[in-house]
Amino acid sequence: MSTQATAPAPASQAPQPKTGSANPLVALTANLRQSGIYIAFVLVVALFAILTDGQSLAARNVSTIVTQYAYVLVLAIGMLIVIVAGHIDLSVGSVLAVVGAVAARLAITYEQPWWVAALAGLAVGIVIGAWQGFWVAYVGVPAFIVTLAGMLLFRGLDYLVLENISLSGFPQSYQDLATGYLNGLMGGYGYDAFTLLIGAVAVAGFVAQQLRTRRARIKYQQVVEALPVLLLKIVVVGAVVMWFAWQLATARGLPIVLITLAFLIMAYVVITKSTVFGRQVYAIGGNLSAAMLSGVNVRKVNFWIFVNMGFLAGVAGVIFSAYTNGAQPAAGTGAELDAIAAAFIGGAAVTGGVGTIVGAMVGGLLVAVINNGMIILSLGQEWQFIIRGLVLLLAVAFDVYNKRRSGTR
Amino acid sequence: MTTTSSTPSSDVILEMRSITKTFPGVKALSDVTLKVRRGEVHAICGENGAGKSTLMKVLSGVYPYGTYDGEIVFEGQVARFSNINESEHAGIVIIHQELALVPYLSIAENIFLGNEIKGRGGLIDWNRANGEAGKLLRRVGLKENPTTPVGQLGVGKQQLIEIAKALTKDVKLLILDEPTAALNDNDSEHLLGLLRQLQAEGITCIIISHKLNEIISIAQSTTIIRDGRTIETLDIAAGEVTQERIIRGMVGRDLESRYPERESHPGEEVLRVEDWTVGHATQDRLVVEGANLSVRAGEVIGIAGLMGAGRTELAMSIFGRSYGRYLGGRLYKRGEEIQARNVREAIKHGIAYATEDRKKYGLNLIDDIKRNVSAAALEKLAGGGGLVNSQEEIAVAEQSRRDMNIKAPTVMSVTGKLSGGNQQKVVLSKWIFADPDVLILDEPTRGIDVGAKYEIYVIINKLVAAGKAVIVISSELPELLGICDRIYTLSQGRITGDVPIAEATQERLMALMTLERIPVRSGAPVASGGATVGTSAEAPAVPGAPQQSEQSRSPLSSQNPEDLA
Repeated sequence: MSTQATAPAPASQAPQPKTGSANPLVALTANLRQSGIYIAFVLVVALFAILTDGQSLAARNVSTIVTQYAYVLVLAIGMLIVIVAGHIDLSVGSVLAVVGAVAARLAITYEQPWWVAALAGLAVGIVIGAWQGFWVAYVGVPAFIVTLAGMLLFRGLDYLVLENISLSGFPQSYQDLATGYLNGLMGGYGYDAFTLLIGAVAVAGFVAQQLRTRRARIKYQQVVEALPVLLLKIVVVGAVVMWFAWQLATARGLPIVLITLAFLIMAYVVITKSTVFGRQVYAIGGNLSAAMLSGVNVRKVNFWIFVNMGFLAGVAGVIFSAYTNGAQPAAGTGAELDAIAAAFIGGAAVTGGVGTIVGAMVGGLLVAVINNGMIILSLGQEWQFIIRGLVLLLAVAFDVYNKRRSGTR
Repeated sequence: MTTTSSTPSSDVILEMRSITKTFPGVKALSDVTLKVRRGEVHAICGENGAGKSTLMKVLSGVYPYGTYDGEIVFEGQVARFSNINESEHAGIVIIHQELALVPYLSIAENIFLGNEIKGRGGLIDWNRANGEAGKLLRRVGLKENPTTPVGQLGVGKQQLIEIAKALTKDVKLLILDEPTAALNDNDSEHLLGLLRQLQAEGITCIIISHKLNEIISIAQSTTIIRDGRTIETLDIAAGEVTQERIIRGMVGRDLESRYPERESHPGEEVLRVEDWTVGHATQDRLVVEGANLSVRAGEVIGIAGLMGAGRTELAMSIFGRSYGRYLGGRLYKRGEEIQARNVREAIKHGIAYATEDRKKYGLNLIDDIKRNVSAAALEKLAGGGGLVNSQEEIAVAEQSRRDMNIKAPTVMSVTGKLSGGNQQKVVLSKWIFADPDVLILDEPTRGIDVGAKYEIYVIINKLVAAGKAVIVISSELPELLGICDRIYTLSQGRITGDVPIAEATQERLMALMTLERIPVRSGAPVASGGATVGTSAEAPAVPGAPQQSEQSRSPLSSQNPEDLA
């Protein structure tokens, strides 16, 4: 009654599913920003397969890549969140070292059980995260400075704990955290059936998730991929996963660290996509002022971002010390750069607000495959540094170019 | 020499012919014509958003040649500036309202920034630069040392340094955009005196100002712009031009049926603001002083004020003290005092604020519609386990898209690519989803086209019909007159009027909006009836300062904020 106005009537829309282009090529180029990294990954894998005469794809090497670079991927998860919020963390290499040092001191010098050492390592990571979070969020010192200071500070603590000498000789139970395998749980004929089963479950889960998303999107009249594109995607992912599982099954079985990693990835995909905290991270990175004026408690979110980074640096520290079977004063030097590179190569925006966990993981794997391939090729350190530097530069240049072309800024 | 058909007595230095400037979806200038005679002070008048600043940006090359239609003739030559350097080279210098000085650099460094005096070997000759700067400072009437950092000076002196900087560039045409908006009476008087002096030296001036008395006292002629069109040019030098005459030109448009009708049924009072006082975010002055206002359920109130009057500052300060320094004041929600010390508390108490600058403060432009809609009330979508229900989120956004008629293919569309009107609808959706009792809408229709404006008005009507209280801040008086039940006027940080719609006219509002404070010559505290917190506490800060004519602009001594808080 009170509104006599005749508003322009909302256009009545007939609900019908909207599909994107059925042409996979068009779908790819339309979304080059996301798919670019996958294409690059495939190309790099193929390149090294050719250069190494297939050695890089050998079962044992695939298994090694996972165990050797798992710690970088764990760091990259935390780093992605830090970067999306518009910060950076330069200290994770040092944090990883001090975590390993504390764990080694407890497990080796004081002969504590493996779980005491591991939990103490995580606790050290969390405390360090809270320390850095305090300075960034509540004092307002830029993260670059706080973590640059932390890089020196925690390297120093690492030296203190280790008294400047390496410790080695973890108990086997601790080493298993990084280099243990589940093998023969269900038997197998020269391969581990359990690993294959896990692979199959993963593929089934992926298919179910894709179909559920598709159904929901159709229900809400969103654009969905054309069916052939979806099927192609499922076939490709399924083939890659099963091939990967086969390689593991014929090598040493399912690495325990892969289970840890898979659990973390799944958990953090949910955290970044579906929790209030995760969504506020993107809001802060996308437009700090708008987030503040929407009632986001920016300080609290920033604080927890760094606590989380500390926790994951703790996990990475435990895995790294378990993998190297000891703690060295110089452990993890430069690890922060690999983690940062992984996030950026995986499509995170330098300006914040953009990036996905899955992207960072692929970015991390890309770095891992390149590093691993260069080692197989026995490339000198000098060339390894040069190539890693160029890869990072080109990846971010690609991102900047894409952004300018799409004109979102 | 090459000037064509101009009589020698009224030598025209600048002529802008049929300037049309279009932004995506908005025609900012349409066939604007401006003629400025050599040696005069020419004022440009118009409401906020009429197109004054756009016109000046076209003139100074901020919008390069080719991005507008029409022709600029300067000094008899057709000018095609592709950037600000070229227009400065030709002798056109613009001084923006937002001063472009680097606070940490010295006066001399600022004056010669980008125009450094080079000595031997290409190095800067600072001795000469400081000497030249000293001469320029004397010319604009300043006695400061050229090595003093600019940040240590007041706004008035900074303004003069901008002018000194312009003088280094061999300026022929000086454009001042709202030069006195942030100045007190003394500084304004000084600045106007300087303009007269420059005029005597042969420099032509274009001045944009809302202070009509100033315009009449200094300008020889004025061009009035409204809705991106030239309305008329008045000859002030010939006399007979009054403030009322200019106001009529500025606002003279009929209301038509641009506004949907609404029956007003105000209910109980929802929000009352008492004695609200806010300090400037970075400078030591008050931007809002002792403001009182109230709004009832089902009521739309307007806040009218000129640029710099403190409208946005007041609104943002009420919204969880998100602007400047809170120096005092109380909030009452349905009669009970509430605390809204941060944005979260404000939202919890049912207050929402939709910003005037949606790109900067309102939206995450790189994210999609649904996530922007849910941004202020994400907790509402988080079910058990704290996980955001993304299906429900899509449903909510989809509902908003239909209700608000947001024109976007899906709610997954990135907000940065929407038109202004649709972006505004996303901002409104965000706050409507937060389900507030009071919505403060700051310039809700700025920069959006007429059709979308109408839709926004319809949304406002729906909100009040649902029992919400709405506060609209707008620079467009017809808009306030078209949609409000009551209009507060704000002038220089103080509420100068509370006008029921039945008694409101544009002329009356404009008069209240330009009401300046009566100068206090005696230095005695302003104690007329109910002295506000701001004035009573401030009075001791200026004992025996008879020169201090305007207390609201006087710097607060450092201990005062504590007294007030």
